[in-house]
Amino acid sequence: MSRTVAVVGASLAGLSAARALREQCYDGRIVVIGDEAHAPYDRPPLSKEFLARRASLDDIALGAPDDADLGLEWRLGTTAVGLDRLSHSVLLADGSEVRADGVVLATGARARRLSGSEGLGGVHVLRSLDDAVALREDLAAAGRLVVIGAGFIGAEVASTARTLGLEVTVIESQPVPLAGPLGADMGAVCAQLHADHGTRLLVGTGVAGLVGTGRVEAVELTDGTRLPADVVVVGIGAIPNIEWLADSGVALGNGVLTDARCATNVPGVVAVGDCAAAWSATRERHVRIEHWTHALEQPATAVATLLGTDRPTPTPVPYFWSDQYGARIQFAGSRREDDVVRVLEGSCADRSFLAVYERHGHPVAVLGMNQPRLFTRWRRQLRAAVLTHS
Amino acid sequence: MIPVCPTTALPPGEAIRVEATEPIAVFNVDGDFYAIDDTCTHQDASLADGWLDGCAVECPLHASCFDLRTGKVSGPPAKTPVRTHKVVVQGGTVYVQPGTAADGAA
Ligand SMILES: Cc1cc2nc3c(=O)[nH]c(=O)nc-3n(C[C@H](O)[C@H](O)[C@H](O)COP(=O)(O)OP(=O)(O)OC[C@H]3O[C@@H](n4cnc5c(N)ncnc54)[C@H](O)[C@@H]3O)c2cc1C
Ligand code: FES
Repeated sequence: MSRTVAVVGASLAGLSAARALREQCYDGRIVVIGDEAHAPYDRPPLSKEFLARRASLDDIALGAPDDADLGLEWRLGTTAVGLDRLSHSVLLADGSEVRADGVVLATGARARRLSGSEGLGGVHVLRSLDDAVALREDLAAAGRLVVIGAGFIGAEVASTARTLGLEVTVIESQPVPLAGPLGADMGAVCAQLHADHGTRLLVGTGVAGLVGTGRVEAVELTDGTRLPADVVVVGIGAIPNIEWLADSGVALGNGVLTDARCATNVPGVVAVGDCAAAWSATRERHVRIEHWTHALEQPATAVATLLGTDRPTPTPVPYFWSDQYGARIQFAGSRREDDVVRVLEGSCADRSFLAVYERHGHPVAVLGMNQPRLFTRWRRQLRAAVLTHS
Repeated sequence: MIPVCPTTALPPGEAIRVEATEPIAVFNVDGDFYAIDDTCTHQDASLADGWLDGCAVECPLHASCFDLRTGKVSGPPAKTPVRTHKVVVQGGTVYVQPGTAADGAA
């Protein structure tokens, strides 16, 4: 059995891996390496309660009272810069290394930035606690916010900023926001929340550039329009943090490539959470899932793989939620472009409904807005259906 | 004591939310009634909307499980237990006694 496991990345997936190691009776040393100075914290509140100052740092801490019993060696504020595949050594920025028998890669993702925005004050991305604190301070003194990208994080920031009294414009390059994850019909329904709450949404519009010297003053669109802005938030997706593995021999694509049980091509090295792209048998390609519940649950499988024990593969029904303008949006399953969506309960106009996506007459995904009880039932049913069919 | 509903209105496997100073969720597990705080200790979700699995309820939002008998949480993300409340069944009606822990609760 391995005597030292190094976990690289001290956030949800990394902490979940450390907990899973102990749950699965591993009693060796566990070293958790994380480049942020903070103890693990929860990211979803950063665009919601924490940004609105309704949750404190304490509220969003991921650590639980029992975690002291895990006996973890923390290396916070420490960046991993390389991995030696033969000795399983994790190389650190200060020149030292952690020799390990097993390695869990959990370095997550970072926000994609808008090129040309470097060094311009008032322009933010939102991924880390430090990002959230900086944005929160800037919003407090601002009147006009422009959000670039109407994905989940962009929509949540817009919603929070409205509660703080800002004038908000959201710019989306696609004709319909959230069409990727939800499909055009349901994406359009969710996008109506913006107008309901006084946020201006501009779709099918590209950003030509940011205007301002020293500090941003406006966002210029491809049609020449200038939108004045005190603060700009760029929410255009995330990039996996895998560059540090470039010379390691670990196979990389859009993330660390793994099999369905989180094993990389290097024995003794597994990858989990937002940095990992696991093989999906149903979709016949590697899929990188960037959802909270996935980062929480998947490490149990990775750890079993590392310890060489048998355990079921991860829940085959991805799940995520988003809170926007007081509406609770929940989605579970895997949607494809040709699926047919039907509203089974409630109505889109009331902003309270349950919609099911069907393929060849079988439900494959479910979307709920303000329907937690029904949604939970459907999510369960989907999980049971997928388990019996696989 | 707060009257909740007739026993027949809360069949096995079902839950109901009761408005009190702090809302309470009452569950019927195979004919036994349990009451706990309705609001999850993690964030703002109603546990009455959760999934009943044996003597535990799974939060509808992020799936922390709470033991209905003790209020204890069995897994992350919630870190603290919910309070339990005593349930009394009298003359075909279910009542809760807010603030009085259920027998056997921690
Ligand atoms: C603002 C925001 C809101 C969100 N809201 C939701 C939501 O409502 N619902 C939902 O389902 N999901 C949501 N998510 C997504 C969810 O938070 C992520 O899926 C989850 O955090 C992934 O966890 P992770 O541990 O894999 O990666 P991360 O949380 O990204 O953690 C990776 C950690 O590794 C560190 N690291 C990176 N490189 C190195 C290195 N070389 N050496 C050492 N450490 C390194 C990083 O700094 C970071 O601390 C949200 C995310 C954000 C940012
Ligand atoms: S709100 Fe219940 S687990 Fe998060």
